[in-house]
Amino acid sequence: MSAVVQAEGLCRHFGGDGVPVRAVDGVDLVVEQGEAVSIMGPSGCGKSTLLHLLGGLERPDAGTLRLGDQRVDGMSEASWARLRRRMIGFVFQAFHLVDELTAVENVELPALLVGTSRRAARRRAIELLERLGVADRAGHLPDRLSGGQLQRVALARALINEPLVVLADEPTGNLDSHATNEILRLFAELRDTQQTLVLVTHDPRVAATAERLMTMRDGTIVDDIRLDGGPSRQAVLRQLAGWEA
Amino acid sequence: MREAMLALLAKEPAHGYELRQRLALALGVVGEVLNPGQVYVTLSRLEGAGLVRGVQVAQSAAPDKKVYEVTAAGRDVVAAWLLDSSWPKVAPVEFHLKLVAAAGTGLADPVALIDAQRRELLRRLREVQRLIESHPAGDEDDGVLLLEGSALRLQADIRWLEAYEQRWTGRTR
Repeated sequence: MSAVVQAEGLCRHFGGDGVPVRAVDGVDLVVEQGEAVSIMGPSGCGKSTLLHLLGGLERPDAGTLRLGDQRVDGMSEASWARLRRRMIGFVFQAFHLVDELTAVENVELPALLVGTSRRAARRRAIELLERLGVADRAGHLPDRLSGGQLQRVALARALINEPLVVLADEPTGNLDSHATNEILRLFAELRDTQQTLVLVTHDPRVAATAERLMTMRDGTIVDDIRLDGGPSRQAVLRQLAGWEA
Repeated sequence: MREAMLALLAKEPAHGYELRQRLALALGVVGEVLNPGQVYVTLSRLEGAGLVRGVQVAQSAAPDKKVYEVTAAGRDVVAAWLLDSSWPKVAPVEFHLKLVAAAGTGLADPVALIDAQRRELLRRLREVQRLIESHPAGDEDDGVLLLEGSALRLQADIRWLEAYEQRWTGRTR
């Protein structure tokens, strides 16, 4: 295995006047290729800020960050923007699709921005929409799509440049329970294809799609455990049936 | 209830009525439905099992009273109970009492108990979700609904633990 994300002593402070708030306060973490990691913690613990730091949407005040074999913490904004398009797929709670573009145009946009030909970008976008079960919505504008469909399109867009890592911030935060179930299933499929994933969430079901769970409190990671190796399938079923006290 | 009573006695010895009051205090509004007889029956069973020891104390203006204290064997039972994360069906009240007992006796850190329990439930949730994922989407198998019910209950339990976490991290810091 090789490390995809490596952070050491990562810090991000907020607040100009008065006492600065340490949103992220000295985080060390390594995410390996093919690993699915979730980050949970109470509101305000710094988990979204940490995700933004990992994806270059915010810059750290201290600490080092590597993506693949590149050191990125000191990079210029222009270099970061190039790297972000190629290496990182973002999925947000509020979808952040471009309202004036159709579903397929939203998905192919990041491919066009890195110089993929129109024809290849379109083909790949259609393939992804098919895989995510929304190919029949390819020509629709976002305002004609349901929440679950919007998040599928956003996930297709995140995957189009075959990113090193997908970073998702509360991906089911705006979805009803049916759409949440669909998105959970897609994340499980992504995990099974060895796509490296980092999921920030307060939904235990989203967190449980990952095999590793980090817990944040007050800007630091206080717990880092593996979720696999839990009770056996038989034990879970027996308990469910009430055959075990 | 047996282990919870033991844990309350591990904090400090008490006679039957005091123990009842302590238990009612720990349970809050839920304590209103506590059956007083159950406390005395459980105490005599605990004594029979050698987990508590009853000592007669003479009183001047009233009949003798029996004060119960935990034996070494009883203390071992309390310690094992605090660390057990099997989450039986009566979990909510029992877990609540476990945190009260952990804080009262100093035998375990409440926040560590919450963390351990959350890990256990998340592992279980992961297993249940894998069972759900093994069915194709839209599968009409009724067993999937049963699994989804289990996933929703675990989700609710984990959220409930988060509420306790916020309460207890606030208390210890």
